[in-house]
Amino acid sequence: MRKTKHTGRSLLAVAGLLLVIILLENISSWIPGLPAVFAPTSQLFTVLKKGAVYSLVAVSMNLLNGFTGLFSLGQAGFMLLGAYTYAILTVPMASKDQVYYLFGGSAVKFSLVDLFQSLFGNTGFGGYLSLICAVLVGILFAGLVAALFAALIGTPVLRLKSDYLAIATLGFAEILRAIFQWQTLGPITNGANMLKSFPTFADFNIRNGAGQVVLRLSTFVPFLAAIICIALIVLLIHSSYGRAFKAIRDDEVAAEAMGISLFKHKMLSFVISSFFSGVGGALFAMYVANAQAKAFTSTMTYEILLIVVIGGIGSISGSVIGTFLYVACSEWWLRFLDAETYIGSFKVPLLRSGFRMVVFSVVIMIIVLFFSKGIMGDKELSWAGIGGLLKKRRPKKKTPAGKEG
Amino acid sequence: MEQLLSAEYIVSILLSGISLGGQLALIAIGYTMVYGILRLINFAHGDVFMVAGLLGIYISAALPMYIAIPVVIALTIGLGFFIERAAYKPLREAPRMSVMISAIGVSYLLQNTATYITGGQPMTYPAIDALTRTVSIAGASTKLVVIITPILVVVLIVLLTTLINHTKIGMAMRAVSKDFETSRLMGIKINNVISMTFVIGSGLAVVGSILYFTTYPAITPTAGAMPGLKSFVAAVFGGIGSIPGAVIGAFLIGICETIIKGLPSSWNVSVFSDAFTFALLIVILTCKPTGLFGEKATDKV
Amino acid sequence: MDEKIVLRMENVTMQFGGVVAVNNLSLDVPEGQIVALIGPNGAGKTTAFNCITGVYQPTNGRVSFKGKTMICSHPTGKMKKNYLGSDEKKFASEPIVNPAPDHVVKLGIARTFQNIRLWKSMTVFENVLVAKHMRAKQNVFSAIFRTNAKEEARMRAETMALLEEQGLEQYKDEIATSLPYGLQRRLEIARALATEPSLLLLDEPAAGMNPQETQELAEYIQQIRDKHHLTVFLIEHHMDLVMKISDYIYVIDFGSEIARGVPKEVQQNKRVIEAYLGVTEDA
Repeated sequence: MRKTKHTGRSLLAVAGLLLVIILLENISSWIPGLPAVFAPTSQLFTVLKKGAVYSLVAVSMNLLNGFTGLFSLGQAGFMLLGAYTYAILTVPMASKDQVYYLFGGSAVKFSLVDLFQSLFGNTGFGGYLSLICAVLVGILFAGLVAALFAALIGTPVLRLKSDYLAIATLGFAEILRAIFQWQTLGPITNGANMLKSFPTFADFNIRNGAGQVVLRLSTFVPFLAAIICIALIVLLIHSSYGRAFKAIRDDEVAAEAMGISLFKHKMLSFVISSFFSGVGGALFAMYVANAQAKAFTSTMTYEILLIVVIGGIGSISGSVIGTFLYVACSEWWLRFLDAETYIGSFKVPLLRSGFRMVVFSVVIMIIVLFFSKGIMGDKELSWAGIGGLLKKRRPKKKTPAGKEG
Repeated sequence: MEQLLSAEYIVSILLSGISLGGQLALIAIGYTMVYGILRLINFAHGDVFMVAGLLGIYISAALPMYIAIPVVIALTIGLGFFIERAAYKPLREAPRMSVMISAIGVSYLLQNTATYITGGQPMTYPAIDALTRTVSIAGASTKLVVIITPILVVVLIVLLTTLINHTKIGMAMRAVSKDFETSRLMGIKINNVISMTFVIGSGLAVVGSILYFTTYPAITPTAGAMPGLKSFVAAVFGGIGSIPGAVIGAFLIGICETIIKGLPSSWNVSVFSDAFTFALLIVILTCKPTGLFGEKATDKV
Repeated sequence: MDEKIVLRMENVTMQFGGVVAVNNLSLDVPEGQIVALIGPNGAGKTTAFNCITGVYQPTNGRVSFKGKTMICSHPTGKMKKNYLGSDEKKFASEPIVNPAPDHVVKLGIARTFQNIRLWKSMTVFENVLVAKHMRAKQNVFSAIFRTNAKEEARMRAETMALLEEQGLEQYKDEIATSLPYGLQRRLEIARALATEPSLLLLDEPAAGMNPQETQELAEYIQQIRDKHHLTVFLIEHHMDLVMKISDYIYVIDFGSEIARGVPKEVQQNKRVIEAYLGVTEDA
């Protein structure tokens, strides 16, 4: 019974969160004269959108690295697959010639957007419905393509031991990056040029007949998508399969000796993680409004890995908290470090473009070295934990610092 | 096609392939030695190589070349030593994954620091007269660096092999790479051996950086990442832990890469020059995970 | 012999490089009995276990389970030339069968480990529950969308029943590795039982136990044998335990069998005493 109560409370909290997001997004148009931070162009919304997308990717990486103990560095590659699949399938027919102008149009002679518009119409509610369907189907395919590639590459690489697996998946991502920049595939991938003009988060803002935005949903949508996906991953982790993954992480030999097929379960984890990375890639493309292979470098994978480490390897809530902290610091709170600042005529030393990332990497190194369990360790944020926190009115003891056993 | 098959073209491709291979070999040794001893993919090694390049630019601007080079070597070795002491040594008892994450963190820090200092713009490596002079071989004219690289690589490797096989510290290195725990119990000062490994690796990376950036003079903060990864692949290809393996792997990768880059541009395959290396990696890992020379444990360092 | 043979090893040899860890070992484990494999340290007992459970592929020999070939191997490749064991021709014409350990478990063979290998991040309850995973009727979708609720409830109920039976129920929410040593051993056995085996392999179950605990363990092993209709094959150092509960004993030293028989016979066997106490002339 306790369980259903918790599920109910979690659902309520999620619904509340989504409401707050809608409220935040629209409050500036409802109540004029609010501080600039609520304006739609504020860094706040950049952080929220990017945070939602990255938290999904971080959680999917955590599923693999934290819960199954597979040290994979292919994240950017699977995101690339997702981003490109989504973009290729949803660039509207009308924009194809312009997007693919270097290749004289696209070899993909259909678009999900047009497909659904022919079903539901392209204006008013019908238009909105076809947008939703096109994006949904596009994202689903993004995940499926990433999962398919994971299944293909998984057979050879999942047999490898920890660091060999890391370098092989990293290499796989680099190979994908090269393939997608290959001019010969230009009619499909647009070569080294970016794909654009496909539906993005901003297209979800509801407009009136005159084209004015009446209800902003461009932050709500990535939140909704990320929450659904993360909820699925949480359900998986708390299922019999999730326990089997943890058994493999804790002790492969014992897991195998208790009848858990290593290959099958590693593959399962790898494929599912890649599916959600693919979805994350599609969302990322929607967030930046373009898809370009050179964005999905190994640095991107490292960034996500560091987020996972900051949040705590083996903690979903840790990954989410870590993501938002990381994104908020890098996109917003530490921005001042990049600006040359004068106090009177005194120029504050060191502050100039790039300093933010230096400070940031030093902080990360400190976390890696001295707080290797990250924010949450392998614990989860729970109702009991929050309850205890509120009762005590004092923050819970931080996870112990120093060496991990 | 005719142009492709002309002797001059083939010679020039092979020469620059060998030269690139030699440069990669110098980096690969650093990877393979560290892996042999710590079982750690030192992701920061490629960035140490990049830093060496940047130091070369800044210091040669202030000092004459014959002083600048030793200073750069000393500083880079110091950096390698410091990274090991600060970022890897505290994690000696931690799971291997933590150390690798720490290495990735160091790599991130070095790249971001380089971006901050250079402003993110590509910097141009100074031309070292003794290396950039043009010579002609078998009808193909080429820079002197192309000729010097393989010779220097061979000399350095002979020196290194002598060090490993005939000195006390070399013996300690071999012992530690065979069995970390037992060596510790036998009273080998593990930390000294590890530091020495980083010192040698960084030293060779500096030499590599001088040769490499003379050939490819634009240095960006991420300029070390790709050569670094390739060198690591070379080390895996040759059988990680094996120095001759790493060198052979590096030459092979260098030559293949230059050949791919040298294919006609209408084939559009030059984007695969990097991807090829990784494809090779996946193939070798799935077919023979121990690499070319991985089984000969005696070669391990 | 008119009993049914559950496990049969024929000429099993395991060679690592130039070292023969198990040499030409043949033995039978009849249904419902407790059979022990004993021998001094380093005699190759655990290696023999690993050959049965699919952890190692034996260099040569066959292991049959309930009359069917489960594992079969003969020297191949380089090993053909370097093989130091005997009977290399005997299985040469038979196909190599080398199942993964999880496959062996599925057939009904469960094991415990000499150096306890519980999953360290999990509670006592979860440790047993995970072992139920293999036989659960579910797939990843039914697990995510919770349409396997009945199956999950059954797994939990059976896990609870097992814990109660082993007297571990009051520890169910504790982290497995925080239990006292003796209870961890018991938990490992409970975990093995959760895979619903017909043959239980115990790797030094009494290691690190005091005489009192060993005494309890002896009774306990007999109890679970009867309750779960098991056949038990165990490796042990503790002579008291082995002599007390075993129906039949095999003794190996340096990988080869040196004696076999019922406890009384083995106890009086000269070679066994020599192997255990050491012999001066070849020391």
